[in-house]
This record gives sequence, C-alpha cells and structure tokens, in this order.
Amino acid sequence: MPSSDASSATLEERLLRGDRRALSRLLTEVEASSRRGLEAMKVLYPHTGRAQTIGITGSPGSGKSTVTNELAKEYRRRDKSVGIVAIDPSSPFTEGAILGDRVRMQELTGDTGIFLRSLASRGSLGGLSEGTMDVILAMDAFGKDVILIETVGAGQDEVEIAGTAKTTILVNTPGMGDDIQAMKAGIMEIADVLAVNKADQPGADILVSQLSTLLSLAPKLDWEPPILKVIATEGAGIAELADACDQHFAHLHTSGLIEESERDRSRRQILNLARRQLLARLMEHSGGEDRLTQLVNAVADRELDPHSAVAEWLRDTSTSST
Amino acid sequence: MAERKIRVVIAKPGLDGHDRGAKVVARALRDAGMEVIYTGIRQTPEMIAEAVLQEDADVVGLSILSGAHLELFPRILAACSERDISPEETLFFCGGIIPDEDIVALQKIGFKGVFGPGSNTQDIISFVHENVKQPA
Repeated sequence: MPSSDASSATLEERLLRGDRRALSRLLTEVEASSRRGLEAMKVLYPHTGRAQTIGITGSPGSGKSTVTNELAKEYRRRDKSVGIVAIDPSSPFTEGAILGDRVRMQELTGDTGIFLRSLASRGSLGGLSEGTMDVILAMDAFGKDVILIETVGAGQDEVEIAGTAKTTILVNTPGMGDDIQAMKAGIMEIADVLAVNKADQPGADILVSQLSTLLSLAPKLDWEPPILKVIATEGAGIAELADACDQHFAHLHTSGLIEESERDRSRRQILNLARRQLLARLMEHSGGEDRLTQLVNAVADRELDPHSAVAEWLRDTSTSST
Repeated sequence: MAERKIRVVIAKPGLDGHDRGAKVVARALRDAGMEVIYTGIRQTPEMIAEAVLQEDADVVGLSILSGAHLELFPRILAACSERDISPEETLFFCGGIIPDEDIVALQKIGFKGVFGPGSNTQDIISFVHENVKQPA
C-alpha cells in the first residue's frame, strides 16, 4: 500500500547503510511479499549471498531457543554481527500467534549488534514461514555476518530449513524415543551438525552412541556431521558447536559445494514462489473461493474424487485465461 | 500475497513479576488473529524500545502493577523516539494498577488506551482494531 511510499525511495539505501529502522520496516514488507516488499527485493538481492546462515531445528522443548541464544552470544564474542529469525507457530484457526522467543533471548536485547525478528509460521509447513527466505536475504543485505534461523518445533519431516540455511543444526535431547525414531528418513538426514542438548541428563551418552552408529550406516560423504554434547542453559559446548558450524561453512567453500547449494536454494525458492503464484492465479481466475467450495462439497459428498476435482479446476483456468 | 497481520509487542516494564494480566491480554489478542510478541517480565525501557524496533510492531501494550508507570512510561517513549518510533504512528496502550488521576497524564504523553483491573479483553481487541494504523 502506498502510505509509506513517500519516504520509501530511500528505505533500501538506508538499509544498505546500516539503518536498523529501515531494515525493520522492510522486513515486514518482504515477509508479507507486499508490492513494496517485492520492489525492495529487486534492490537488495544483488547485495546478498555473503552471510553465514545457520538453521537450528529439533523437536519442541529440545532447547532450540536456548541454543540459538547461546550461539548468538558466542558469535558476538567472535566479533560477528548477528541476525536471528525465530519462527513460532500460528494458530490454524484464528491465524494469530504468540511469539515468545524473546523471553529466552532477553539478554541479547541490549546489544545493537544483534537483530532479532520473530515470525509466525502462518500456516506454512516445513518449520518455516513463506516469507522466511526473504527475511533472511534482507538481513544478509543489511550486512549481518551470521544469521541464525530457529524453526518451529519440528517433528520428523520438517526439512525445509535444510534448503534455506547453509548449515543446519539438529538439536536432539536424551529420553525422546528410541533409535528407530532416528532411523526414519527425513529430519536426521538434513543435519550438518548434530547437537545433543541437555547432555547432563541421563541417557545422553547412549544417544550420542546411537547417533554415531546411525551416521556410520549412512553413505559416506565428504562431510561427516559431528555430534556435539551441549548444555545450552549453562553455555557448555557452545564454542565447540560454533566451531563445527564454521568448519562446515568453510568446507562448503573449499569443496565448491557452496555453489551447488546456492543453485539448490535458488531452484527451491523459484519453485516455491511459482507454486504460490499459480495457486493464487487459480483462486483469482477460476471462480475463486466459490468454485473451490463447490469442488470441496463434491469431494466431501463423494460425487467426485480429489484428483478429478483438481483436474476440473485446472481445466477452468485454461479455458478462462486463453 | 500474504495478508498483513497486526503485530503487537506486549511488555512488562519495571520490577514486579506479576504477568498474569499481560499473558491474558496476549492470548486474547492472539485469539483475535494478531501476532503477539511477548517479551517477558522486568524489561528496561531500552529493552522494550529495542523489541518494538526489531519487531516493527504496529501496537505496543505495557502492563505494570508496581506503581512506577509515571516514572517508567515516559522513559519508554523517549527510548522509542530515539529509535524513530512515535505514538503518532505506533499505537501505545497500557494496563495494570493505574490510579484514575494518572490516566489523563498517560493519555497526554501518547497512551491512547489505559485499561485497569476488570477490563474486558473484547474492549481491548476492539480498541486495537479501531486505533491501529496499518499500511496493509
């Protein structure tokens, strides 16, 4: 919407000069994929690609926020500027959300070298929200050295983060399920670094040995994910965790994998955006909500199977748009 | 295009740790479809202003029971204004134990809404909807 347009000609310039208010404003726009946000991405995108992006994922209660908090402090000690993107779930019913990651990251607030933005998942699956990638890119353009992305508490299949961040940490905790859980495909396979948090709890050593057994069964790659014991609430093991992330990041560059992963990321983003826009176009041109309701009713009443319903819907578009 | 949600920062300045009220309001606003950033208790004016800046909040709700509102609230607004955030653009409201005679003073410095004990959460939701300035 045009209300901010009068001053907006310079918002991107202000962001690139390090103005945090401008960053904050544009994060809102790019997250919403508003017209203003899309405009900003055109300007900002050439300035991106430099940041070390680290995804932190794991099940609810595994300590992702605390690990993120401690990693942020560790990278500040190493004189890196830090961006944090913390994602919490939206209600599937009201679409509202309580974003509570600041509660565990209070001590970071006094440091202007850290910029924390909370995002609601807004119904998106995969542990991220649809606008996450653009939020990360805007922080990258702003000049953040390290960007930490904390996902929604993830279960078994929330692997989206791996295509978004350059390095992915999977936070595990002792006492959650047996080794069969870990053998299932999905989230275990995306980890570049494995953290065993709450390592002072019973079962930590067993978990470490289970994880290393599992990794030894995996096909050998150039990079073997290290397994690190951490007690995030005490900051124990955090420096080693940051070292492991840095080593992985360095490995991406020396091996040339970074270019491949950059291509993967670009492909994924293009496909995601295309999917979104095609759906939006379908809603717009093919009778929208009314037509959808009609098809929903037909499917629910067993008059039509879901596949045929979609086929019909798509047929509507091709006839109406040509 | 994702629809823009109303973003609210709920913060508890000062030294009292009674955050039931803040949490009730946070939940009510969430259930009304807003994205509520809860900061936790014992926030300094700088911490609150930083949260408002970083989250690009449309609305700021402060809860205080310690009686230090006339002391702390102006300092919070000052810390916000240092960061280019003003009550003209961002909607500020507050609640807690606030004597009637202080309400006008708080309204004068920019708190459009002052909600005491027994306030109806529905009134707070309507207040936000009616007063928020949103570019979306």
